[in-house]
Amino acid sequence: MEDNIKKFLYVNRKAPYGTIYALEALEVVLIGAAFDQDVSLAFLDDGVFQLVKGQNTDGIGVKNFSPTFRALGDYEVTKFYVEKESLEERGLTADDLQEIMYEDEDDDYAEKPSIRLVNRAEMADMMAEQDVVLSF
Amino acid sequence: MSYDVNGTAVEHDEEGYITNLGDWTEDLAGIIASAEEITMNEEHWEVVNFLRSYYEEYQIAPAVRVLIKAIKKSMGPEIGNNKYMYELFPYGPAKQACKIAGLPKPTGCI
Repeated sequence: MEDNIKKFLYVNRKAPYGTIYALEALEVVLIGAAFDQDVSLAFLDDGVFQLVKGQNTDGIGVKNFSPTFRALGDYEVTKFYVEKESLEERGLTADDLQEIMYEDEDDDYAEKPSIRLVNRAEMADMMAEQDVVLSF
Repeated sequence: MSYDVNGTAVEHDEEGYITNLGDWTEDLAGIIASAEEITMNEEHWEVVNFLRSYYEEYQIAPAVRVLIKAIKKSMGPEIGNNKYMYELFPYGPAKQACKIAGLPKPTGCI
């Protein structure tokens, strides 16, 4: 079965609200998780806003789906690559992002952070290693 | 399409999931359960209440394998296993329990 596992990358480039891209990407990730592939998420450009903590959508009448990112560990989606430059360009730091943890089954269920900050060059290298890249 | 809850109509979709999550009450849960041919007992409520708090925290109705894993983690392997859960909800623990809990159809349910 090992041979059938592909590296899937979901690239999130858009702000969470205003368009349906971010929510649709999350839905695809949740559905795709049933196939037991090697899944990574990338957040760059305005996509980094999707992970900002303390989101409140009351004023715009849509659902705040940001808590769902914290459930992805249960779906074995545990690699969130966030581009440092995209954060900096928007005046954000890692402290502005919500804490997302997963339990590492191979390490006695130790809690580990899912978010990994990478620079632009590292992001490019990571993308080059993928079998399938889906951009939203 | 709607459920009749003591004279009040509560809308649902063609599969029986309620349209407005805010319409949910415990009475309604019992009515949905009867439509699913389930008589709610303490064990059913445990799962339904777990799902409602899972949704409250993560804004998502979990897929069945995720649900069973999460229940195992929080309530132990006697409850968090396929056999027990399918005995409680024969047509799918995630689908039926979500419907009774007034949540959307589980995402990633294929």
